[in-house]
Amino acid sequence: MSEVVKVEGLSKTYGNTIAVDNISFEIQEGEIFGMVGPNGAGKTTTIECIEGLRQADRGTIRVLGLDPVQDERQIRPLLGVQLQQAQLPGNLKVWEALDLYSSFYEHTLDWQDLIKGLGLVEKRDTAFRKLSGGQQQRLFIALALLNDPQLVFLDELTTGLDPHARHAIWDLVRDVRERGKTVFLTTHYMEEAERLCDRVAILDYGQIVALDTPANLIADLDISERVIFRVHGNWSPDRLANLPRVKSVEKQGDKTIVYARTNVSNNTNPIVTDVVNALTSEGIRFSDLRTEHPNLEDVFLTLTGRQVREERSE
Amino acid sequence: MRALTKYTWTEIKLFLREPIGAFFTLVFPLMMLFLFGTIYGNEPSPLFYGYGTVDVSVPAYTAMIIGTTGIMGLTITISTYRENGILRRLRVTPLRPYIILIAQVAVNFLMTAAGMLLLILAGKLVYDLRFDGNVLNVALAFMLSSLSFFSLGFVLAAVMPNARTAQVVGMVIFYPMLFLSGAGMPLEILPDKVRNISKFLPLTYVVTLLRGLWTGGTWDQHNTEVIVLVTLLAVGVLISAKAFRWE
Repeated sequence: MSEVVKVEGLSKTYGNTIAVDNISFEIQEGEIFGMVGPNGAGKTTTIECIEGLRQADRGTIRVLGLDPVQDERQIRPLLGVQLQQAQLPGNLKVWEALDLYSSFYEHTLDWQDLIKGLGLVEKRDTAFRKLSGGQQQRLFIALALLNDPQLVFLDELTTGLDPHARHAIWDLVRDVRERGKTVFLTTHYMEEAERLCDRVAILDYGQIVALDTPANLIADLDISERVIFRVHGNWSPDRLANLPRVKSVEKQGDKTIVYARTNVSNNTNPIVTDVVNALTSEGIRFSDLRTEHPNLEDVFLTLTGRQVREERSE
Repeated sequence: MRALTKYTWTEIKLFLREPIGAFFTLVFPLMMLFLFGTIYGNEPSPLFYGYGTVDVSVPAYTAMIIGTTGIMGLTITISTYRENGILRRLRVTPLRPYIILIAQVAVNFLMTAAGMLLLILAGKLVYDLRFDGNVLNVALAFMLSSLSFFSLGFVLAAVMPNARTAQVVGMVIFYPMLFLSGAGMPLEILPDKVRNISKFLPLTYVVTLLRGLWTGGTWDQHNTEVIVLVTLLAVGVLISAKAFRWE
């Protein structure tokens, strides 16, 4: 495996704001590399420096062995780019956009096949401005894949898409990897990063606070499974707290959260059976019981002390 | 080459789908021609040295179209493309920036020429339009005038902060120029004081050059016009090449 992207000591400042602060990382051939973090963490500045759209203040960037600013002409045909903020002329039809952008490249995929995979076939003759936000997004993804690029940049690729469309696009991105291509994406949906990416860099205030596979990032946390349920009325959680496999119990009004100890996750009985047995033996009536596994959201919360985003994705 | 032809053809389609631009380039000049043609006819008049109203209006309205596409159409298109991120998306393809510029010039040139041809056609068919010039000379003058004004449009697009400002500034420059340059109405019917202002408007030189060559004049009678328009073109190309911004 070789490095497709190599970034060393990248910094970028706008006025007094440090957008990206001395970051270094590498992206390997054939992986889906994700950069996650809240809005304003520096994801887009980083991706745009690597795309050659912005000149870094400091640091070196190599993309497929080339300098994205100096060697722009050689590198453009090899890259596919979906920008966070871009448009097409409002009166341009979907097929015209694909046909036009195909003419910019020597080698292209058949766009008819691409729009089949993206569910845009029936929108072929629709003007860009009449497409919904999600359809526009899918068209931009089609344009990014049109030249069968070695490296695809997807900046906030599923923002504004419904869950169904989001899953369809995840499948598409995995297909791209199956064909040996490399994907660099940014997202502020932790679930997306966890389910799609081979490796994830967590960015906060312009710095990489963690970089690993999602599984390793989660395993490094000192948290395990948790059981959440509701009980109406007064009851004492002491019995639960004394269970050997329980680390702590937290009551928030009606809602109770039971945290399991981290070293018991591989036991044959899930922790939830202990909790349910304890509750029923005491005759406590509970509802809305569910278990949660730690996820990237928890990784981010642990590393930064903040939620990655205020609003929910769906 | 394939990219250039495809991009130019796409821009032609987009131009024709934009009702306001297509109207002012192709339809409005014809409406003016029929309006004043109906009022004044095309009888030879001593005011126009023996030519009729329509005879002198066709080159003048051609100048009007050149002003519209250059200062209004091109300026608004480029600044909108920049503001909306349309240029940004093009930038991450292998398409070279000069291809975008050539295509924009080609499209606006073709549409301006189409507007002129419609005027000539209507003049010939309805008003027995008189033409005493040399076709090649008029075509050359048309080309020089168009390119000069397009370069002015590129300069405006480059220096205006956004599409809205570009549109307002374009209108503020264009409309007074339309009426004071002889493009909208003949200079002969304007008072002398107004005609003094005209000397400072570049469109005046387009009108005089086109009308002069149209009525059988020669290039050496129009040295001033040629110098003004060539200078405008050179300065415009220089500034817009320096000031061009993708975003």
